Amino acid sequence: MNTLTQPDQRTAAGNGGGAQRVSFITPVANILETSDGYLLEAEMPGVAKDGMEVTVENGELVIVGRRGDKDLPGTAIYRESRQLDYRRVFDLDPSIDTGKITAKMEQGILTLSLPKAEQVKPRRITVTD
Amino acid sequence: MSLIRYQAPELSTWSPFIGLSTLRDEMNRLFDVSQPGFGGREDRLLGVWSPPLDVFQDKDHVFVKCELPGMKKEDIQISLHENTLTVSGERKQEREVREGDSYRSERFFGRFHRSVTLPVPVQTDHVTAQYKDGILTVSLAKAEDAKPKHIEVQVA
Repeated sequence: MNTLTQPDQRTAAGNGGGAQRVSFITPVANILETSDGYLLEAEMPGVAKDGMEVTVENGELVIVGRRGDKDLPGTAIYRESRQLDYRRVFDLDPSIDTGKITAKMEQGILTLSLPKAEQVKPRRITVTD
Repeated sequence: MSLIRYQAPELSTWSPFIGLSTLRDEMNRLFDVSQPGFGGREDRLLGVWSPPLDVFQDKDHVFVKCELPGMKKEDIQISLHENTLTVSGERKQEREVREGDSYRSERFFGRFHRSVTLPVPVQTDHVTAQYKDGILTVSLAKAEDAKPKHIEVQVA
């Protein structure tokens, strides 16, 4: 499963007719491939379960995480985090059974399980006499 | 207005990539806006995890927020010493990688340590912390002396 480096800026039409630039944070991710499928974990702190959008289209897996956390009250005196939503696109391995993808969101980590289709799993064939 | 001392990420071991990394950071910033300046992929090269940290204040409180996705509450330590708040802990890799599996890893596992000097004195017995959706928020009540005071001006 390859990672596509997509541009992080999207153009969305604003109300006033002018184009508005929306930028996203590319979440860091770990991908584990086993003979049964893939396991993807992406870091999206600040995103709750209902802020997650996972879509599969044209052989691409798109994950979008919208932050549910608000900025802290008061005024910022020191700031390193960025209050932006997350987005990342992955190329899907054709062997993945897209109907069986499951997702879980826990403490800012999205865990996707992407099982491979039965016919592509390695299979041991017993030799008979 | 107070200045807050910047604490560089703690380096676990000497790394020959420090100089290179600085140059690399600059190069990356030219093309890549997706990574935060702190806690980004650059840190991985140095073998440190420096989670992004924010400090906010209102009239009565100081708030410290730290992005720590995928931790266990028990693995986060918070301490306050002479007006320096320290958040530290360890994120453990629990995923088992068997032989024959292939793994691509961008996430950092291991220890982290962040310290920040608070802008005003706080009441050490009025500190609360919450960990939700991978974000740690610490609320600290300002010491009475440090709160802004409203003084009535009496016009004779």
